[in-house]
Amino acid sequence: MKVASKSITLFTLLLILCVPFYAFAKAAPNAVIEASNVKGGEEGDPVNTDQEIDEYIQHHLQDSHDFHLFSYFSEDGEEHHVGFPLPVMLWGENGFTAFMSSAFHHDDEGEVIVEKGGSRFVKNHGVIYELNEGETEVVMDDAHHAINASKPFDLSITKSVFGILIIGLLMIIWFSGLARQYKKRQIPTGFARVLEPLVIYVRDEIAKPNIGDQYRRFTGYLLTVFFFIWILNLLGLMPFGFNVTGQIAVTAALAIITLVIYVASGNKHFWGHILWMPGVPVLIRPVLAVIELAGTLVIKPFSLLVRLFANISAGHIVVMSLIAIGIKYQESMTVPGSQALSILLSFFITLIEVLVAFLQAYIFTMLSALFIGMAVADEHHDEVLHDEDGEVIEDTEPVRRNFT
Amino acid sequence: MSLALVQQAGEMISWVPNLVGAGLIVIGAGMGLGQIGRGAMEGIARQPEASGKIQTAMIIIAALLEGLAFGALFLGK
Repeated sequence: MKVASKSITLFTLLLILCVPFYAFAKAAPNAVIEASNVKGGEEGDPVNTDQEIDEYIQHHLQDSHDFHLFSYFSEDGEEHHVGFPLPVMLWGENGFTAFMSSAFHHDDEGEVIVEKGGSRFVKNHGVIYELNEGETEVVMDDAHHAINASKPFDLSITKSVFGILIIGLLMIIWFSGLARQYKKRQIPTGFARVLEPLVIYVRDEIAKPNIGDQYRRFTGYLLTVFFFIWILNLLGLMPFGFNVTGQIAVTAALAIITLVIYVASGNKHFWGHILWMPGVPVLIRPVLAVIELAGTLVIKPFSLLVRLFANISAGHIVVMSLIAIGIKYQESMTVPGSQALSILLSFFITLIEVLVAFLQAYIFTMLSALFIGMAVADEHHDEVLHDEDGEVIEDTEPVRRNFT
Repeated sequence: MSLALVQQAGEMISWVPNLVGAGLIVIGAGMGLGQIGRGAMEGIARQPEASGKIQTAMIIIAALLEGLAFGALFLGK
């Protein structure tokens, strides 16, 4: 029985480990079909697999208005998309309009025009434009700005928003369940038992040492941001191809929340050290104040947001590029060879990505805690004591007194 | 034909500074990370009981360095 349970655990673990790989592997046959279709479809044009792969990766990294699972070509050469639509909500010149993204019929080239509420919308490379009167096509200038159309204010439930909503709902269910259990018993049961050590880990290893006495005020935020980022990172490695924490808007929003928290809770001591530093010649103080202000208000949140965004995007690009090996080197390495190589490489990179998913959530939370801790730290005194006249009092106690 | 070639070459050359910059960033970040790793390993070897604290500090410093490197790569893109 013990052996059986062990092998079941092993099998389950392997299955869980294979799941993220499967997500990207699903992309591969898809791209093969697309590439071969181009080959057969347009004679005379050179096949550009590199470009196909590049577009596919770009498409994956971008947010989209519909939930596209996969597409295939049926025998009559027609392209079929499998997925489900998401609501599009726009605030344009004629007020608020809402419709499902299926109205665009998976068009991303600006060809299908949706007429709604007196306005006409097209979708071009993931961006919805509102066409001006009498226009039937978006015309772009050299800098890719639309000349004859305006961008409505896009409030759509896009794929990323959908992912955030799902994870938010899951987190509310999980953690309110965990909280409710403490009313009845000391030790939680079920899935809450998985969450408890993580919550305690964040509290004891991240919040307490970095913030200090006032950690209780900020532990809620740190827990929320830790689990939000971690679960969304893991969601990005699962099927359906979410790339939420790889959207710069999402990471920027998280960094701005951290910024607001540590700016709002900064004490007199914190601002004093930024704006009018004690112990520095007066002439240098304004210069340092500018540098410190820039560091606090711009550089810290910028490094927070870029680190998370770049790590997750880079991970997704690397995994998808390794899978692309299976397509690109089919001719030079034979199909089994290239497939085996790409499966091997992308499997291990995906394992590393699972680690990175945790590490980035940890680092974001840790640095947020560090910044908050700097802002709320009590005034500490110098190691060297001064008397009333500012003269240094010699430390009379033996330094090694604790080592006897 | 030759015009297209010249254009292609021009496009390629316009990419070169970015690529060189990215390479320099990676060299710099790699050296920095190496120094951090070396320092942490030496610290742990000297005082194995402090390894937890050293690891935490190492990860924070590495994250700050990584943020700098990624920021440079991002701005150079």
